[in-house]
Amino acid sequence: MSKAKVATIWLDGCSGCHMSFLDIDERLLELAQHIDLVYSPLVDAKVFPDMVDVALVEGAVASEEDLAKILKVREHSKILVAFGDCAVTANVSGMRNPVGKEACLQHAYVDLATFNPGPPTSVVPKLLDKVRPVHEVVKVDVYVPGCPPSADAIFAVVSELLAGRIPDAAGLTRFGA
Amino acid sequence: MPPLVGVAPGVVTLKINGVDCSARDDQTVLEVAREQNIHIPTLCHLEGLESVGGCRLCLVEIQGMRGLVAACVTKVTEGMEVQTSTPQIEAYRKMIVQMLFTERNHVCSVCVSNGHCELQDLAVEMGITHVEIPYLFPKCELDASHPRFVLDHNRCVLCQRCVRVCDEIEGAHVWDNQGRGIHCRVVTGLDEPWITSDTCTSCGKCVHVCPTGALFEKGRSAGEMAKKAPQLPYLQNIRKGAARG
Repeated sequence: MSKAKVATIWLDGCSGCHMSFLDIDERLLELAQHIDLVYSPLVDAKVFPDMVDVALVEGAVASEEDLAKILKVREHSKILVAFGDCAVTANVSGMRNPVGKEACLQHAYVDLATFNPGPPTSVVPKLLDKVRPVHEVVKVDVYVPGCPPSADAIFAVVSELLAGRIPDAAGLTRFGA
Repeated sequence: MPPLVGVAPGVVTLKINGVDCSARDDQTVLEVAREQNIHIPTLCHLEGLESVGGCRLCLVEIQGMRGLVAACVTKVTEGMEVQTSTPQIEAYRKMIVQMLFTERNHVCSVCVSNGHCELQDLAVEMGITHVEIPYLFPKCELDASHPRFVLDHNRCVLCQRCVRVCDEIEGAHVWDNQGRGIHCRVVTGLDEPWITSDTCTSCGKCVHVCPTGALFEKGRSAGEMAKKAPQLPYLQNIRKGAARG
Protein backbone atom coordinates (compact mmCIF):
# COMPACT_ATOMS: atom_id res chain seq x y z
CA MET A 1 0.00 0.00 0.00
CA SER A 2 1.37 3.40 -0.91
CA LYS A 3 1.76 5.91 1.86
CA ALA A 4 -0.64 8.82 2.25
CA LYS A 5 0.87 12.16 1.34
CA VAL A 6 0.48 14.51 4.28
CA ALA A 7 1.38 18.19 4.49
CA THR A 8 1.25 20.53 7.46
CA ILE A 9 1.41 24.29 7.22
CA TRP A 10 1.63 27.10 9.65
CA LEU A 11 -0.18 30.39 9.06
CA ASP A 12 -0.81 32.93 11.87
CA GLY A 13 -0.38 30.71 14.91
CA CYS A 14 2.23 29.98 17.54
CA SER A 15 3.33 26.49 16.35
CA GLY A 16 1.76 25.03 19.49
CA CYS A 17 -0.43 22.75 17.38
CA HIS A 18 2.65 21.41 15.63
CA MET A 19 4.27 20.89 19.04
CA SER A 20 1.19 18.99 20.15
CA PHE A 21 1.45 16.87 16.98
CA LEU A 22 4.99 15.93 18.04
CA ASP A 23 3.59 15.10 21.49
CA ILE A 24 2.03 12.03 19.87
CA ASP A 25 5.43 10.65 20.90
CA GLU A 26 6.14 6.99 20.09
CA ARG A 27 2.92 6.70 18.10
CA LEU A 28 4.66 8.89 15.51
CA LEU A 29 6.58 5.75 14.51
CA GLU A 30 3.28 4.01 13.88
CA LEU A 31 2.04 6.95 11.81
CA ALA A 32 5.31 7.16 9.91
CA GLN A 33 4.65 3.72 8.42
CA HIS A 34 1.49 5.06 6.79
CA ILE A 35 2.32 8.62 5.90
CA ASP A 36 4.82 10.47 3.83
CA LEU A 37 5.28 13.95 5.25
CA VAL A 38 5.82 15.79 1.98
CA TYR A 39 5.63 19.40 3.12
CA SER A 40 5.82 20.88 6.60
CA PRO A 41 7.77 23.29 8.80
CA LEU A 42 9.22 20.04 10.20
CA VAL A 43 10.75 18.91 6.85
CA ASP A 44 12.93 20.52 4.21
CA ALA A 45 10.62 20.69 1.17
CA LYS A 46 10.29 24.28 -0.02
CA VAL A 47 7.57 23.85 -2.65
CA PHE A 48 4.06 22.61 -1.93
CA PRO A 49 3.52 19.36 -3.91
CA ASP A 50 1.05 18.95 -6.75
CA MET A 51 -1.49 17.05 -4.71
CA VAL A 52 -1.49 15.83 -1.12
CA ASP A 53 -4.04 13.57 0.53
CA VAL A 54 -4.28 15.49 3.79
CA ALA A 55 -3.17 19.01 4.71
CA LEU A 56 -3.18 20.07 8.36
CA VAL A 57 -3.47 23.86 8.53
CA GLU A 58 -2.42 25.55 11.75
CA GLY A 59 -3.12 29.25 12.26
CA ALA A 60 -5.54 31.90 11.05
CA VAL A 61 -5.38 33.81 7.79
CA ALA A 62 -3.84 37.14 8.81
CA SER A 63 -1.47 38.32 6.08
CA GLU A 64 -1.24 38.45 2.30
CA GLU A 65 1.27 35.62 2.50
CA ASP A 66 -1.18 33.49 4.55
CA LEU A 67 -3.88 34.15 1.98
CA ALA A 68 -1.68 33.10 -0.94
CA LYS A 69 -0.57 29.99 0.99
CA ILE A 70 -4.04 28.84 1.96
CA LEU A 71 -5.40 29.28 -1.58
CA LYS A 72 -2.52 27.18 -2.89
CA VAL A 73 -2.92 24.53 -0.20
CA ARG A 74 -6.64 24.24 -0.88
CA GLU A 75 -6.06 23.82 -4.57
CA HIS A 76 -3.49 21.08 -4.01
CA SER A 77 -5.07 19.12 -1.14
CA LYS A 78 -7.77 16.48 -1.15
CA ILE A 79 -8.66 16.91 2.52
CA LEU A 80 -7.97 20.15 4.35
CA VAL A 81 -8.00 20.06 8.15
CA ALA A 82 -8.44 23.27 10.18
CA PHE A 83 -5.92 22.33 12.84
CA GLY A 84 -6.36 24.11 16.18
CA ASP A 85 -8.29 27.12 17.45
CA CYS A 86 -6.49 29.78 15.36
CA ALA A 87 -7.43 27.95 12.16
CA VAL A 88 -10.95 27.20 13.43
CA THR A 89 -11.92 30.46 15.22
CA ALA A 90 -9.03 32.95 14.59
CA ASN A 91 -8.44 32.69 18.36
CA VAL A 92 -5.59 34.79 19.76
CA SER A 93 -4.47 35.73 16.25
CA GLY A 94 -7.89 37.33 15.76
CA MET A 95 -7.66 39.43 18.91
CA ARG A 96 -6.37 42.35 16.84
CA ASN A 97 -9.63 42.46 14.85
CA PRO A 98 -11.65 44.57 17.30
CA VAL A 99 -8.93 47.25 17.52
CA GLY A 100 -8.01 47.20 13.83
CA LYS A 101 -4.88 46.65 11.79
CA GLU A 102 -3.68 50.26 11.81
CA ALA A 103 -3.91 50.65 15.59
CA CYS A 104 -2.00 47.38 15.98
CA LEU A 105 0.81 48.41 13.63
CA GLN A 106 0.95 51.84 15.26
CA HIS A 107 1.34 50.31 18.72
CA ALA A 108 3.85 47.62 17.76
CA TYR A 109 6.05 49.54 15.33
CA VAL A 110 5.69 53.19 16.40
CA ASP A 111 4.59 53.57 20.03
CA LEU A 112 6.88 50.81 21.28
CA ALA A 113 9.75 51.41 18.86
CA THR A 114 13.04 52.59 20.34
CA PHE A 115 14.55 53.40 16.94
CA ASN A 116 13.51 53.30 13.30
CA PRO A 117 9.80 53.68 14.02
CA GLY A 118 7.22 52.75 11.39
CA PRO A 119 5.68 49.53 10.10
CA PRO A 120 7.94 47.34 7.94
CA THR A 121 7.82 48.02 4.22
CA SER A 122 9.65 44.92 3.00
CA VAL A 123 10.30 41.26 3.89
CA VAL A 124 7.52 41.05 6.50
CA PRO A 125 4.21 40.19 4.75
CA LYS A 126 1.50 42.84 4.70
CA LEU A 127 -1.30 42.25 7.19
CA LEU A 128 -4.86 41.78 5.97
CA ASP A 129 -7.45 44.15 7.44
CA LYS A 130 -9.12 41.30 9.34
CA VAL A 131 -7.78 38.00 10.64
CA ARG A 132 -10.09 35.22 9.48
CA PRO A 133 -10.53 31.59 10.43
CA VAL A 134 -9.57 29.29 7.55
CA HIS A 135 -13.14 28.25 6.68
CA GLU A 136 -14.13 31.87 6.03
CA VAL A 137 -11.54 31.88 3.22
CA VAL A 138 -11.52 28.36 1.72
CA LYS A 139 -13.55 25.18 2.13
CA VAL A 140 -12.52 23.13 5.16
CA ASP A 141 -13.22 19.40 5.40
CA VAL A 142 -12.35 18.61 9.02
CA TYR A 143 -12.30 20.86 12.09
CA VAL A 144 -10.05 20.13 15.06
CA PRO A 145 -10.49 22.87 17.68
CA GLY A 146 -8.25 23.18 20.72
CA CYS A 147 -5.42 25.43 21.84
CA PRO A 148 -3.68 23.22 21.11
CA PRO A 149 -5.70 20.07 20.38
CA SER A 150 -4.32 17.29 22.58
CA ALA A 151 -1.92 14.76 21.12
CA ASP A 152 -4.58 12.09 21.63
CA ALA A 153 -7.16 14.09 19.66
CA ILE A 154 -4.69 14.69 16.84
CA PHE A 155 -3.71 11.03 16.74
CA ALA A 156 -7.36 9.95 16.64
CA VAL A 157 -8.19 12.40 13.84
CA VAL A 158 -5.16 11.51 11.72
CA SER A 159 -5.75 7.78 12.26
CA GLU A 160 -9.34 8.14 11.05
CA LEU A 161 -8.21 10.08 8.00
CA LEU A 162 -5.64 7.41 7.18
CA ALA A 163 -8.36 4.79 7.45
CA GLY A 164 -10.24 6.69 4.74
CA ARG A 165 -12.90 8.14 7.02
CA ILE A 166 -13.78 11.79 7.66
CA PRO A 167 -13.60 12.16 11.44
CA ASP A 168 -15.81 14.33 13.62
CA ALA A 169 -13.61 15.83 16.35
CA ALA A 170 -16.63 16.58 18.56
CA GLY A 171 -16.08 14.75 21.84
CA LEU A 172 -12.32 14.55 21.26
CA THR A 173 -11.53 18.22 21.77
CA ARG A 174 -13.20 21.63 22.15
CA PHE A 175 -12.59 25.36 21.79
CA GLY A 176 -9.82 26.36 24.18
CA ALA A 177 -8.97 22.74 25.12
CA MET B 1 -41.59 29.43 43.87
CA PRO B 2 -44.98 28.00 44.79
CA PRO B 3 -46.85 29.82 47.54
CA LEU B 4 -46.73 28.13 50.94
CA VAL B 5 -50.29 29.07 51.76
CA GLY B 6 -53.32 30.02 49.71
CA VAL B 7 -55.05 28.14 46.93
CA ALA B 8 -53.67 24.64 46.55
CA PRO B 9 -52.25 24.13 43.09
CA GLY B 10 -54.09 21.77 40.79
CA VAL B 11 -52.60 18.66 39.34
CA VAL B 12 -52.31 18.15 35.61
CA THR B 13 -51.16 15.29 33.46
CA LEU B 14 -49.12 15.79 30.32
CA LYS B 15 -46.76 14.00 27.97
CA ILE B 16 -43.12 14.92 27.47
CA ASN B 17 -41.47 13.03 24.61
CA GLY B 18 -44.31 10.53 24.86
CA VAL B 19 -43.72 9.93 28.59
CA ASP B 20 -46.78 10.43 30.82
CA CYS B 21 -46.07 12.84 33.67
CA SER B 22 -48.13 14.44 36.37
CA ALA B 23 -47.26 17.87 37.68
CA ARG B 24 -48.59 20.82 39.64
CA ASP B 25 -50.23 23.38 37.38
CA ASP B 26 -47.89 26.13 38.62
CA GLN B 27 -44.82 24.30 37.32
CA THR B 28 -43.03 25.06 34.08
CA VAL B 29 -42.35 22.58 31.31
CA LEU B 30 -38.64 22.83 32.16
CA GLU B 31 -39.19 21.98 35.84
CA VAL B 32 -41.32 18.98 35.03
CA ALA B 33 -38.90 17.75 32.34
CA ARG B 34 -36.02 17.93 34.82
CA GLU B 35 -38.03 16.01 37.41
CA GLN B 36 -38.42 13.32 34.77
CA ASN B 37 -34.68 13.39 33.98
CA ILE B 38 -35.44 14.68 30.50
CA HIS B 39 -32.59 16.98 29.53
CA ILE B 40 -33.34 20.40 28.05
CA PRO B 41 -30.30 22.66 27.53
CA THR B 42 -30.45 26.10 29.18
CA LEU B 43 -28.17 29.09 29.55
CA CYS B 44 -30.02 32.10 31.01
CA HIS B 45 -32.07 29.92 33.38
CA LEU B 46 -30.75 29.54 36.92
CA GLU B 47 -32.62 27.84 39.71
CA GLY B 48 -33.62 30.45 42.27
CA LEU B 49 -34.00 33.32 39.79
CA GLU B 50 -37.09 34.36 37.87
CA SER B 51 -36.96 32.84 34.39
CA VAL B 52 -36.94 35.26 31.47
CA GLY B 53 -36.78 32.99 28.42
CA GLY B 54 -33.98 35.11 27.03
CA CYS B 55 -31.48 32.69 25.54
CA ARG B 56 -34.10 30.52 23.75
CA LEU B 57 -32.02 27.36 24.18
CA CYS B 58 -34.85 25.61 26.03
CA LEU B 59 -37.17 25.88 23.02
CA VAL B 60 -39.62 23.00 22.85
CA GLU B 61 -42.47 22.02 20.58
CA ILE B 62 -45.94 21.85 22.10
CA GLN B 63 -48.74 20.33 20.10
CA GLY B 64 -51.34 22.90 19.12
CA MET B 65 -49.13 25.88 19.94
CA ARG B 66 -47.90 28.14 17.18
CA GLY B 67 -44.10 28.15 16.89
CA LEU B 68 -41.65 26.90 19.47
CA VAL B 69 -41.86 28.09 23.07
CA ALA B 70 -39.30 28.52 25.85
CA ALA B 71 -39.76 25.67 28.35
CA CYS B 72 -38.50 27.79 31.28
CA VAL B 73 -41.40 30.27 31.06
CA THR B 74 -44.19 28.00 29.81
CA LYS B 75 -46.52 26.60 32.46
CA VAL B 76 -47.79 23.07 32.06
CA THR B 77 -51.47 22.53 31.24
CA GLU B 78 -53.74 19.50 31.21
CA GLY B 79 -53.20 17.20 28.25
CA MET B 80 -50.17 19.09 26.96
CA GLU B 81 -47.93 17.14 24.57
CA VAL B 82 -44.33 18.34 24.54
CA GLN B 83 -41.39 17.39 22.32
CA THR B 84 -38.03 18.52 23.70
CA SER B 85 -35.87 17.40 20.82
CA THR B 86 -36.65 17.42 17.10
CA PRO B 87 -34.27 18.00 14.17
CA GLN B 88 -35.67 21.54 13.91
CA ILE B 89 -35.15 22.29 17.61
CA GLU B 90 -31.63 20.85 17.56
CA ALA B 91 -30.75 22.96 14.51
CA TYR B 92 -32.06 26.12 16.22
CA ARG B 93 -30.14 25.38 19.41
CA LYS B 94 -26.92 24.88 17.46
CA MET B 95 -27.51 28.12 15.61
CA ILE B 96 -28.18 30.03 18.84
CA VAL B 97 -24.94 28.83 20.43
CA GLN B 98 -23.00 29.69 17.27
CA MET B 99 -24.53 33.17 17.18
CA LEU B 100 -23.48 33.71 20.80
CA PHE B 101 -19.92 32.83 19.81
CA THR B 102 -19.90 35.27 16.88
CA GLU B 103 -21.61 38.20 18.61
CA ARG B 104 -18.75 38.83 21.06
CA ASN B 105 -15.10 37.83 21.29
CA HIS B 106 -15.03 34.46 23.04
CA VAL B 107 -11.34 33.64 22.91
CA CYS B 108 -11.61 30.48 25.00
CA SER B 109 -7.89 29.72 25.13
CA VAL B 110 -7.06 32.89 27.06
CA CYS B 111 -10.36 33.31 28.91
CA VAL B 112 -10.40 33.25 32.71
CA SER B 113 -13.31 30.80 32.53
CA ASN B 114 -11.74 28.35 30.08
CA GLY B 115 -12.84 24.91 31.20
CA HIS B 116 -15.50 26.28 33.58
CA CYS B 117 -17.75 27.98 31.04
CA GLU B 118 -21.37 27.16 30.34
CA LEU B 119 -21.15 28.46 26.77
CA GLN B 120 -18.17 26.20 26.13
CA ASP B 121 -20.07 23.28 27.69
CA LEU B 122 -23.03 23.93 25.39
CA ALA B 123 -20.74 23.85 22.34
CA VAL B 124 -19.40 20.49 23.53
CA GLU B 125 -22.90 19.17 24.25
CA MET B 126 -24.08 20.13 20.77
CA GLY B 127 -20.98 18.83 19.01
CA ILE B 128 -20.04 22.26 17.69
CA THR B 129 -16.48 22.07 16.38
CA HIS B 130 -16.64 25.29 14.36
CA VAL B 131 -18.92 28.27 13.86
CA GLU B 132 -20.56 28.55 10.47
CA ILE B 133 -21.68 32.16 10.92
CA PRO B 134 -19.01 34.82 10.18
CA TYR B 135 -17.42 36.25 13.34
CA LEU B 136 -18.25 39.90 14.03
CA PHE B 137 -15.21 40.72 16.20
CA PRO B 138 -16.92 43.73 17.83
CA LYS B 139 -14.94 46.20 19.87
CA CYS B 140 -15.98 45.65 23.48
CA GLU B 141 -15.09 47.56 26.61
CA LEU B 142 -13.84 46.21 29.91
CA ASP B 143 -14.63 47.73 33.31
CA ALA B 144 -11.95 46.99 35.89
CA SER B 145 -12.82 49.92 38.15
CA HIS B 146 -14.15 47.71 40.94
CA PRO B 147 -11.39 46.76 43.40
CA ARG B 148 -12.31 43.04 43.37
CA PHE B 149 -14.23 42.28 40.18
CA VAL B 150 -13.96 42.83 36.44
CA LEU B 151 -16.68 43.13 33.79
CA ASP B 152 -15.54 42.02 30.33
CA HIS B 153 -18.15 42.63 27.64
CA ASN B 154 -16.13 40.47 25.24
CA ARG B 155 -17.48 37.37 26.99
CA CYS B 156 -21.01 38.49 27.88
CA VAL B 157 -23.92 36.45 26.49
CA LEU B 158 -26.62 38.80 27.87
CA CYS B 159 -28.20 36.05 29.97
CA GLN B 160 -29.11 38.72 32.57
CA ARG B 161 -28.32 36.46 35.49
CA CYS B 162 -26.25 39.29 37.02
CA VAL B 163 -29.16 41.71 36.55
CA ARG B 164 -31.61 39.32 38.15
CA VAL B 165 -29.49 38.08 41.04
CA CYS B 166 -28.61 41.65 42.05
CA ASP B 167 -32.24 42.70 41.92
CA GLU B 168 -34.03 39.61 43.22
CA ILE B 169 -31.58 38.19 45.76
CA GLU B 170 -29.24 40.98 46.82
CA GLY B 171 -31.92 43.65 46.43
CA ALA B 172 -29.44 46.21 45.17
CA HIS B 173 -30.32 46.38 41.44
CA VAL B 174 -26.90 47.69 40.42
CA TRP B 175 -27.15 45.94 37.04
CA ASP B 176 -29.42 46.57 34.12
CA ASN B 177 -29.50 46.36 30.34
CA GLN B 178 -28.85 49.23 28.00
CA GLY B 179 -29.44 49.32 24.23
CA ARG B 180 -31.18 46.81 22.03
CA GLY B 181 -30.29 43.81 19.92
CA ILE B 182 -26.66 43.53 19.01
CA HIS B 183 -25.91 46.83 20.81
CA CYS B 184 -27.35 45.63 24.12
CA ARG B 185 -24.93 45.80 27.05
CA VAL B 186 -25.24 45.10 30.75
CA VAL B 187 -24.49 48.26 32.69
CA THR B 188 -23.77 49.19 36.31
CA GLY B 189 -25.73 52.12 37.75
CA LEU B 190 -26.71 54.52 35.00
CA ASP B 191 -23.98 53.17 32.72
CA GLU B 192 -21.27 54.49 34.99
CA PRO B 193 -18.00 52.84 36.00
CA TRP B 194 -18.76 50.01 38.44
CA ILE B 195 -16.78 51.67 41.24
CA THR B 196 -19.03 54.73 41.18
CA SER B 197 -22.16 52.67 41.86
CA ASP B 198 -23.54 53.72 45.25
CA THR B 199 -25.76 50.65 45.48
CA CYS B 200 -23.20 47.86 44.85
CA THR B 201 -22.54 45.93 48.06
CA SER B 202 -19.58 44.05 46.50
CA CYS B 203 -21.29 40.78 47.44
CA GLY B 204 -20.01 39.09 44.26
CA LYS B 205 -23.19 37.15 43.48
CA CYS B 206 -23.23 38.58 39.95
CA VAL B 207 -19.73 37.19 39.39
CA HIS B 208 -20.62 33.71 40.58
CA VAL B 209 -23.87 33.34 38.64
CA CYS B 210 -22.23 34.54 35.41
CA PRO B 211 -22.05 31.52 33.07
CA THR B 212 -18.96 32.75 31.19
CA GLY B 213 -15.87 34.85 31.84
CA ALA B 214 -17.79 38.13 31.49
CA LEU B 215 -17.65 38.69 35.25
CA PHE B 216 -14.65 37.48 37.19
CA GLU B 217 -12.51 38.09 40.24
CA LYS B 218 -9.36 40.13 39.84
CA GLY B 219 -6.13 38.18 39.91
CA ARG B 220 -7.51 35.20 38.03
CA SER B 221 -5.57 34.05 35.01
CA ALA B 222 -6.67 31.94 32.02
CA GLY B 223 -8.80 29.01 33.14
CA GLU B 224 -8.62 29.94 36.82
CA MET B 225 -12.09 31.39 37.33
CA ALA B 226 -14.22 28.51 38.52
CA LYS B 227 -17.55 29.91 39.69
CA LYS B 228 -19.07 28.92 43.02
CA ALA B 229 -22.71 28.78 42.05
CA PRO B 230 -24.54 30.29 45.05
CA GLN B 231 -27.36 28.25 46.54
CA LEU B 232 -30.04 30.70 45.49
CA PRO B 233 -33.17 28.77 46.54
CA TYR B 234 -31.53 28.44 49.98
CA LEU B 235 -30.81 32.17 50.12
CA GLN B 236 -34.38 32.94 49.12
CA ASN B 237 -35.76 30.77 51.87
CA ILE B 238 -33.53 32.47 54.44
CA ARG B 239 -34.84 35.85 53.32
CA LYS B 240 -38.44 34.67 53.45
CA GLY B 241 -37.86 33.35 56.94
CA ALA B 242 -36.34 36.67 57.96
CA ALA B 243 -39.32 38.55 56.49
CA ARG B 244 -41.76 36.40 58.47
CA GLY B 245 -39.71 37.09 61.60
